[in-house]
Amino acid sequence: MAEPNHKPKKSLARRQKDRREFLRTTAFAAGVISISLLGLVPAVNGRTKRLRPPGALEEQQFLAACIKCGQCVQVCPVEAIELADIFDGAGIGTPFITARAQACDFSCDGLQCVLACPTGALTHEINYPAESRMGLAELVDESICLAVQGQGFKGVARGKAFPGKLRFEEVDRWNPIRLADHPFDLELCDLCVRLCPIEIRIAQCEAGKPPSGDRNQCPPKHAIELRPLDDSDGKARKPVILDGCVGCGVCEMVCPTQPAAITIDYHRTVDTTKGEA
Amino acid sequence: MSYIVESLAQILGRSPRRPSKAELSPAVARIYEEKKLHKMTREEFEKIQAAHAVSRKRHTWRNRRWLTLLAVNLLFVVSYYFDVQMLEGALTASRFVGFHMADLNSALQVMLAYKHMVLNLIIGTTTVLVLWLLLGGRTFCSWVCPYHLVSELTEKIHLWLVQKKWIKNHSFHRGVRTVFYVAFALLALVTGYTVFETLSPTGILSRALIYGPGVALVWVGLLLLFEIFVSRRAWCRYVCPIGVTYGIVGTLSPLRIRYNVVDCHHEGDCRKVCLVPHVLDMTIRGRSPEVNMDIGADCTRCGLCVDICPTGSLKFEIKGLKKIL
Repeated sequence: MAEPNHKPKKSLARRQKDRREFLRTTAFAAGVISISLLGLVPAVNGRTKRLRPPGALEEQQFLAACIKCGQCVQVCPVEAIELADIFDGAGIGTPFITARAQACDFSCDGLQCVLACPTGALTHEINYPAESRMGLAELVDESICLAVQGQGFKGVARGKAFPGKLRFEEVDRWNPIRLADHPFDLELCDLCVRLCPIEIRIAQCEAGKPPSGDRNQCPPKHAIELRPLDDSDGKARKPVILDGCVGCGVCEMVCPTQPAAITIDYHRTVDTTKGEA
Repeated sequence: MSYIVESLAQILGRSPRRPSKAELSPAVARIYEEKKLHKMTREEFEKIQAAHAVSRKRHTWRNRRWLTLLAVNLLFVVSYYFDVQMLEGALTASRFVGFHMADLNSALQVMLAYKHMVLNLIIGTTTVLVLWLLLGGRTFCSWVCPYHLVSELTEKIHLWLVQKKWIKNHSFHRGVRTVFYVAFALLALVTGYTVFETLSPTGILSRALIYGPGVALVWVGLLLLFEIFVSRRAWCRYVCPIGVTYGIVGTLSPLRIRYNVVDCHHEGDCRKVCLVPHVLDMTIRGRSPEVNMDIGADCTRCGLCVDICPTGSLKFEIKGLKKIL
């Protein structure tokens, strides 16, 4: 039996209604798609606008892989990581570090943020602080550096109100304390070297006490050192960035000058730019 | 099988299939005949409605659902603030007492953009897939998604404005959600960036709750304004790919709403409260081919229809449970 053609012809009113709905839907679709293209801005930009946490993949890959859950934020003992908002230009919900406010000092030793990352946007291929490549420190303004001027430093770096924290092994291995609670009295300012997490680890290893008792934690290369200035035999010294620098940002955070004489360039790492020595 | 096919077709945007008279089972045809012969009087019906209006049970499922939704979202917040490590992360990906969980749609977007899968993500995605297979798929939408709750509340303003005749609701073709689904998938695949994740009010709200509010909430506000003044529940109904992903999972879930035609008065209160009223098409007189019908998988199992039905014709059902017991 042939199937009779049931479909009654649609009324004019019905057809007009359908037509209006179709047009409305097309406009709606075009609107939503256009707005979503705005979401592409950070990806098109390509270059990172912010210092990413340890283990972060190259920016394009990182933006693809990050699921924006903030588990890295939650595990960080010094709360260095925050999530980007719309106008941070780094992709809504992706993690970044503002080193001057709170750098990553590797207090956790085990790279907790990397372990917490569910997607590998912070690559699981690194296990130790010395293996990370976040950026590269740079002495941006030699003229204001206290060491270059041969000056010492007495008091708390960054002032009493500064909320940033660091772990001091000799104070408390497990709990980072405020930098403001740890005054210094230095003949010559060497905070960037003294507090460098890589240099601290090297010193611990040389003393036979590697971090967490794990010799793998020992960094293979120095990150920063103070060198005598060429034209003087006084006590003035210049901080020089070495091949072991991972770009964690502690030097930028602790630098007592305003603005910081030393900062992190997060478009470079020791792998892309060889240090001076 | 036909349940899965019909559910998928409806999720992708097709209108519900209307059975011809010949397709009605003899039992259901008899019931429709019976109802025609013994029409209920207006007084009788109003009496039933009035009895239900004062019934204690009329918000049972809504209250349970709101409680669950708040509990899940607050668990994230509490875990972080008090560092109790129960549920770490946000709705896009988390760890529940150490076990990885990943939102299926977020995981899909990341896989398309990144084109690699690490073990943690495979574990997290599988766990969540099994969870929602058991719990009903789009159950995520109404029982967990924070945007659903906010949108459900602003919907009341929209309905009030419509009732006052100050605004009109503008519907769209539901198929547009499939267009968006494909568009967001292609955008992730081609650009290597999870574009939808930057727009998703689910992610934005979840992160705002846990990590503190930001400017991104303005976007959520704009969506809500659109829903209040232009189109009822537009994001959930016509855009959100999360709903599609969980909807597809839900086609295989045993947890469903079941419709029984016997006591139904076909007055349509259930369709008026429903986020996805097309799934309740069978409650229109003459459209249910069987006496008992399972509601399609586009249903979010929110239970509003169960609450509002004055005759108990819609109920939560776990398919196959009776056989096992």
